[in-house]
Amino acid sequence: MAAITADTGGRRFVDTVLRARELSILAALIVLVAVTTAVNSSFLSTQGVKDIFLNASILALLAVGQTMVVVTRNIDLSVGSVVGLVAFASGKFVAGHDRNVLLVLVVGMLIGAVCGLVNGVLVSFFKVPALVVTLGTLYVIQGLDYYWAHGQQINAADVPASLLDLGNGSVLGIPYLPLITVVVMVAVGYYLRAYPSGREFYAIGSNPDAARLAGIAIRKRILTAYVVSGVLAGLAGVLWLARFGTVVADAAHGWELKVVSAVVVGGVAIVGGLGSVYGAALGALLLTTIGSVLVVLKVNSFWQDAIAGALLLLAISVDRLLALRVTRALRKRNARHGA
Amino acid sequence: MTKRPLAAVALAAALAVGAAACGGTTKNSTSGDDAKGAATSGAKANPNAPLKKGLKLAFLPKQVNNPYETIVDNAGIDGAKEFGGTAKEVGPSDASASSQISYINTLIQQRMDAILVAANDPNAVCGPLKQAMSRKIKVVAYDSDASKDCRDVFINQASSEEIGRSEIKVMSDLIGGKGKIAILSATANATNQNTWIDFMKDELKKPEYSGIQLVKVAYGDDDDQKSFQQTQGLLQAYPDLKGIIAPTTVGIAAAARYIDGSKYKGKVAVSGLGTPNQMRKFVKDGTVAKFELWDPKNLGYLASYAAAALASGQITGAQGETFKAGKLGERTIGKDGEVILGPPTVFDKSNIDNYNF
Repeated sequence: MAAITADTGGRRFVDTVLRARELSILAALIVLVAVTTAVNSSFLSTQGVKDIFLNASILALLAVGQTMVVVTRNIDLSVGSVVGLVAFASGKFVAGHDRNVLLVLVVGMLIGAVCGLVNGVLVSFFKVPALVVTLGTLYVIQGLDYYWAHGQQINAADVPASLLDLGNGSVLGIPYLPLITVVVMVAVGYYLRAYPSGREFYAIGSNPDAARLAGIAIRKRILTAYVVSGVLAGLAGVLWLARFGTVVADAAHGWELKVVSAVVVGGVAIVGGLGSVYGAALGALLLTTIGSVLVVLKVNSFWQDAIAGALLLLAISVDRLLALRVTRALRKRNARHGA
Repeated sequence: MTKRPLAAVALAAALAVGAAACGGTTKNSTSGDDAKGAATSGAKANPNAPLKKGLKLAFLPKQVNNPYETIVDNAGIDGAKEFGGTAKEVGPSDASASSQISYINTLIQQRMDAILVAANDPNAVCGPLKQAMSRKIKVVAYDSDASKDCRDVFINQASSEEIGRSEIKVMSDLIGGKGKIAILSATANATNQNTWIDFMKDELKKPEYSGIQLVKVAYGDDDDQKSFQQTQGLLQAYPDLKGIIAPTTVGIAAAARYIDGSKYKGKVAVSGLGTPNQMRKFVKDGTVAKFELWDPKNLGYLASYAAAALASGQITGAQGETFKAGKLGERTIGKDGEVILGPPTVFDKSNIDNYNF
C-alpha cells in the first residue's frame, strides 16, 4: 500500500506534465484563433469554424493511428502512400456505381489493414527497423498506386452523391468528418489509457527490455499498432475521396511527414512511451490552423512550411527538457523512497 | 516521282546539318552554314516531302500520373498511327526539374526519330536534348516549353496572351464587370501560370475592366488540400470577393468543390482552366458557370504530326514553314519555332456533355 501511494505522487507529477503539454497546445491554439479573429472577425464565423475542423480531421485521424505506433518506439512512414492508394482504389470502386457508403468505408479500411499488416509483420516478426520497413513500403505502395492509376483521375462527377455528402455534409450542424475523427480518437485514447493491454503499448516504448521481461506480448502489440495505423489510413483515404471528389494517384503525397510533425508537436515523444492521441490530434489541429491563419492574415504562403518546421523544433526541445526533468523528479522520489 | 529524289536531298541535308549542329540549333546552323551551298538550300525544308513510314516517336510528359498529360500523350500516340508511325509514352512519376534527364538519355540510346517533351524545367533538360539533336533526333516541346535552342519546335496549347486575356473576359462576364477578384494559381514559380497571370493583370488595365480589382494571387501548389485552404482563406480575408480565377486544373476543382459545399455557393464565381470531366458536376449544379480549356487531344495530335514533319524533312522549325497536321489542317510555324494550337474552348452547361476528357 505504501508503495502505491508513493507511486501516485510520482505519477501525479508525470501526469501534470503530460496534461500541461496538451493544455499548452490548446493555449497556443486559442491564442492563435483569438489573434486571427481580432484581425478578421469572419475567421470565427460558423463557416470558419467548420472549415478549421474539416481541414484538420483527416490529418488528425492519421495522427491518432501514428500515435499508437510511435508510443511503441516505432514509426509508420507509409501512411501517406496508403491514403493515396485507398483514395484512388475506392474512387475506382465507386466510379459509375451507386455503392453503399459503409461498404466503401469497409473496403478502404481493409486495404489499409493489409498495408498495416505487412508493415507490422516485417517490424515485429522479422525485427527490421521500422524506419527502413515503412520507408520501403512507402515507395512500394506508391509505386503500385502509380502503376495502377497511370494518369487516370477520379472526378467528382463519378463519385456517388452519398459519399460526397460524407465529406461535406453534417448532422445537427456538425460535419461528419470531424465527428468520425473525434469518435475514433476517444475510442483509441480510452483504450490506450484504461485497458491494461493499452498501457502495454507505452511500456514497450519506454523500455522494450523491461517490457519483454514483464512478459508483455511485444510482437502482438506492435503488430496491432501497425494494423490500427493502416486501418485509420485506409479510413482517411476514403474520407479524402469524399472530401475532395477529384483524386489523382498522388493524393496525400508527402503527408507522412506532416503526420509525424503533428504527432511530435502534439507531445508524443518520438522515442516512444509518452504522449496521448488527444495531444496528437491537437497537434494536427494546430498545424492545420496555422496553415489557414497564414492565408487569412495574408502572410506569404512560403512561410507556412518554415513555421511548421520551427514549431516542430520547439516541440522536440520542450520534450527533451521535460524528459530530463521527469527523470530527475522520479530519481529523487525513488531515492527518498529507498531511504 | 520527282518528289522522291527531292526528299532524299532534303533528308541528306537535314542529316548533314544535324550532324554539324552539335551544341547549336538546326535553325542557326542552317542560316550560318553558307559554305555547304546546295546542302543548305536543301535543308530549307521540303514542304512536299511525304511523311516517312515507321517513324518512332516518344512522348515524355512532365510526369506520368498527370491525367491531363495522359490525355495529350494518348492522342499523340493515336495520331502517330495515322501516318504509320509508332509512338510510346515514358516518363517520371514526379515532376521535378531533373527527373526527365535519364529518360532522354535512354531515348537517345533507343534511337528514336523524335522526342516530344513537356519540360519540367526549361534549362534542366537542355543538355540531354541538345545531345539528342546532335544524334539527328528531332525534338518537339509541347505543353511546357524547353529553352528555345534545345528544341526544334514548341507546340503551344494556346497563345499565352489569349489565355490570360480571355480569362479576364470570362470572369468579367460572370461578375457583371464589377467587384473584387482573386487568382488561385499552382506553384509560385510555374512558368505558364505566371505568364498568363501577367497577361491577366495587363488586361485588367483596360478601361472596360476598371470596375474589377485583383486583390490577391494565391498559390495552392497544385495540391488539393492546400488549394482548398487557400480558397477558404481568400474568402475569409476578402469577404466581398466576387470571383476566383484558377488557371490550373487542380486549383479550379478544389475551389469549385469548396464553394460547392459552403455558404458561398452562388455568391462567388469560379472560373479558370479545367477539364470537362473534372468540372462536369460543378457546372451542372451551378457552382461554376463556365471555364476554359483547349482540347488536349488536339495538342497531342498536333505535336505528333509536327514531330513527323520534322523527321521527314518537311519542316526544320524555321518561322513561316508550314506542314499538314492531319485533321487539323495546315499549320504555320510562328516566331521562335512556336506552333499555336488555337483559341481555348469555353465550356458551359450547354456544351459540356459533348466533351469527354
